[in-house]
Amino acid sequence: MNLVTPDFGLLFWMVVIFGLVFFLLAKFGFPIITDMVDKRNAKIAQSLKDADEIEARMKAWSQEQARLVEEVRKEQAAILREARETKARIVAEGKAQAREEANKILSQARTEIAAEKESAIRDVRRESATLAVQVAEKILRHELSDRGSQRAFIDSLLDEASEADLRS
Amino acid sequence: MILTFLISLMLLQVPGGDTLSSASLRDPVRANAPERVSPPEENEDDIDVGEIIFEHIGDEYEWHITEWKGKPIAIPLPCIVIDGGVHVFTLHHAEENGYTLNEDGKLVNAATGKRPIDLSITKNVLALMMSSLLLLVVVLLTARWYRRHDALKEAPTGLAALMEPLVMMIHDMARENIGADYRKYSPYLCMAFLWILLNNFLGIMPFFPGGANLTGNIAITLVLALFTFFIVNLNGTKHYYKEIFNPDVPVFLKPVMPVIEVFSAFMKPVSLTIRLFANMLAGHIMILSMVCIIFIMAKYGPLLSGSMTVVSVLFGVFLDALECLVSFIQAYVFTTLSCTYIGLARQKEE
Repeated sequence: MNLVTPDFGLLFWMVVIFGLVFFLLAKFGFPIITDMVDKRNAKIAQSLKDADEIEARMKAWSQEQARLVEEVRKEQAAILREARETKARIVAEGKAQAREEANKILSQARTEIAAEKESAIRDVRRESATLAVQVAEKILRHELSDRGSQRAFIDSLLDEASEADLRS
Repeated sequence: MILTFLISLMLLQVPGGDTLSSASLRDPVRANAPERVSPPEENEDDIDVGEIIFEHIGDEYEWHITEWKGKPIAIPLPCIVIDGGVHVFTLHHAEENGYTLNEDGKLVNAATGKRPIDLSITKNVLALMMSSLLLLVVVLLTARWYRRHDALKEAPTGLAALMEPLVMMIHDMARENIGADYRKYSPYLCMAFLWILLNNFLGIMPFFPGGANLTGNIAITLVLALFTFFIVNLNGTKHYYKEIFNPDVPVFLKPVMPVIEVFSAFMKPVSLTIRLFANMLAGHIMILSMVCIIFIMAKYGPLLSGSMTVVSVLFGVFLDALECLVSFIQAYVFTTLSCTYIGLARQKEE
């Protein structure tokens, strides 16, 4: 019978001690642990949700990025093509311009050469005239050494001059 | 104050207790053996197995640890009786104070033969104090970890890592079974679970700090069940009481149902009491019986007693392992049922 009869002393102490420990732990023990762990669980759940969201956003981003890259590539190709065309055009234009310039220079050179030639011819003429005069002078000086011919020559010259005056 | 007195007493006793504890550690199953049993050549009579077992599962006025060279080693505990004034004495001085033990081993007034109000610090009370203090320290240390660390950034370590799964298991159970205000009840359930678990395990320990049969004591389980009972019935909702006193049943059942329901409400703590008490008590008795077989068989010759020793050691190991399982299961069952009862009492009308 001893086994199944609750002993009063033990009942008393159990109520006191269990109650006291329960009171202390309910105030300073379990709620602190459970609150903290609950908070952590909530944070983990939130983090998982956030991670999912971020993943979705990253996926969208990468798609957007791929689209952008594609676009940029297209644009790049277009620009390159355009550049190539422009280059060709510029080169062609350049060539034409150069040709024109060359032609201009050539024609200028030609006129200059012509002018030079003319002036050279003129010089030569003038020189040859002078030479002829000098030669003539010398010849004349030689021929007029005797008086008779001198007089004849002067007369002819005077005739000529007077003829020229008459004509004018 | 009483506690410090006890601790100083315990410290005085440590040398003797220590050697024994280490000896018992080497062979825990054998350590369950009642050390008082003397070999058959000294004691020609049959061993009184019943007495040995009852001594181990019962309560005492001093904590008998073992016998060392013919002298009993025991922790003397204060007997406190209230009998027209408070008397405090140790068991050795009971006679001088006019008290004697009755056939149940309880203190009675020697003159009148009546039981006084007995608040003695018995073996079980000391075990209760020590295990409760241990639980208090362990849980407060765990709580301190959470207060000192940022649990959002650090994983729990050490004691906190050990206690967190246990506490959260019960906390989650409370959340699943009790409604929105489960936070109010979760500390009690955690407390009940950890306290029962700790004391179940300490009860299996065969040497000093454990060894007291606390959760196999009906007074202890009764108090636990009464805590549950009061928490359930003091927090009952209108719906809960309506289900008891005016349930939705055909008219001819109306007078019968309240009787059944009230009876059932009172049977719940009784079943909680008996379940835990009987399970733990049975486990202790089984293990002790196994160990006693070794000593009973000692007089039947070396062959029989040797082989039976092997058998009973094997069975003892098995039963100890089983008891570990049962310790957990019973703590869990008590808590689950308490949780369910609270959940039922907190039910709202749908």
